[in-house]
Amino acid sequence: MRVWLSQHQDAARLAVRRLAAAPVNSLLSLLAIGIALALPAGGQMLLANALHLSGATSAVPQISIFMAANAERQAASEIGERLGRYAGVRQVLFVPREETLARMKSGPGLREVIEALPANPFPDAFVVSVADESLAAMERLAVEFRQWPRIEHVQLDSAWVRRLDALLKLGRTSVMLLAALLGMGLIAISFSLIRMQVLTHRAEIEVSRLLGATNGFIQRPFLYFGILLGLGGGVVAWLLVTAAALWLRAPLAELARLYDLTLALQTLGARDSALLLGFAAGLGWLGAMISMRQHMQQY
Amino acid sequence: MIRFERVSKRYPPGLDALSDVSCEVTEHEMALVCGHSGAGKSTLLKLIAGIEKPSGGALLIGGQNLAALPRSALPFLRRRIGMVFQDQKLLFDRSVFDNVMLPLAIVGFPRRDAAQRVRAALDKVGLASREKAMPVMLSGGEQQRLAIARAVVNRPSLLLADEPTAHLDAQTAADVARIFHEFHHVGVTVLIATYATELFPAARRLQLDHGRLLS
Repeated sequence: MRVWLSQHQDAARLAVRRLAAAPVNSLLSLLAIGIALALPAGGQMLLANALHLSGATSAVPQISIFMAANAERQAASEIGERLGRYAGVRQVLFVPREETLARMKSGPGLREVIEALPANPFPDAFVVSVADESLAAMERLAVEFRQWPRIEHVQLDSAWVRRLDALLKLGRTSVMLLAALLGMGLIAISFSLIRMQVLTHRAEIEVSRLLGATNGFIQRPFLYFGILLGLGGGVVAWLLVTAAALWLRAPLAELARLYDLTLALQTLGARDSALLLGFAAGLGWLGAMISMRQHMQQY
Repeated sequence: MIRFERVSKRYPPGLDALSDVSCEVTEHEMALVCGHSGAGKSTLLKLIAGIEKPSGGALLIGGQNLAALPRSALPFLRRRIGMVFQDQKLLFDRSVFDNVMLPLAIVGFPRRDAAQRVRAALDKVGLASREKAMPVMLSGGEQQRLAIARAVVNRPSLLLADEPTAHLDAQTAADVARIFHEFHHVGVTVLIATYATELFPAARRLQLDHGRLLS
């Protein structure tokens, strides 16, 4: 066991020495791997942020119903009663036009605009929660409500949340696809770099074999080299993504404020970071393993 | 220790390097493999180290038939044999010390004891003061002695050497021969392929001629 451990230690040390022996080469290789990995890692980071954002938004689907602007209060109360009796409607909230006006006036920038208008531009409105929240059922209700008298506009408030959900799903698939593609790229990079290493250390491999080295002994430093490449590339990717996140944080928060959202761009979480590094090291190892399988037979 | 039973080695497309060779080298013996260039001396040593496989016959090392040895067992056979190669096969990217350390690293020898062993082996061949040097800084004779140190650092019971005194001046060749004699005296079985038979007057000779062993 101690022999095994110390041989692994030696192999790892040798791999580090070999990386350090050609610093420019190693650095450029790590950069190439890092950039390749930064794309899916960055995608994952943005996705996590978007998920966070959509989670913070109420996803309870509601239907907003707006009366015609010239509809009397009487018509509105009739609609209110009808909604209250309607099967499938769980809760009805009436929003009188005066209340909307008051709320809008208290908002920044709009006050002057509204005061310049001759009359209250807002209609009476209802916010309706329903029992069956599936999109199809809600759309059926919306169609129904549109035909009621004095109703100007019916809107499904959940539509954009659903669209965001669908978009996020697409985003996740894209990140996976990107990760798979660039992961294969990483394997290829590791493969060819290890091949070059094998060529460089041909004499050593041959002599070790003649002196009684097992395949495991010969392969070990190369496999560690692959792991280090992957891991180093993963660290580079992490640094790139984190730097980009910190850099984008202020302008993005500014943009979000304009849309009345509070958004602080989060860097990769601990789980995602660990996943990135593990994934990178594993793929580096895999590339090295395939390369050794391919090239060891020659010696 | 080593027994050849009607061993032959044929290289494609039909070159017989060894034909029908039968002989035995007993434990603690020192023997020379002699013959003209191309007689099959190197092939004979390569067969013993498992670098080449016989085309026919049986080759037994310590009672074990090499033909029946699985490929995965080969490294463990080689660890019991010290080999000095014709072209030495030193690693020029590491120091004298690290070259001799390699066989010990391969078997996983404890590091601290290994360093002592390396120094003992270097001392034995007279290179104790050069352990930090790189092989390229050594003279031809010193490189040959370094190759011997690497071959014996594992304390093998069998030492094979392929032309260990070729390209050396008379004095250096005599030094190298003396080192082999010393190992023989401490009980190592030594088998040397060489032209320079006069350097080993007491050793038994196995004379090869065009791949055949002359009795």
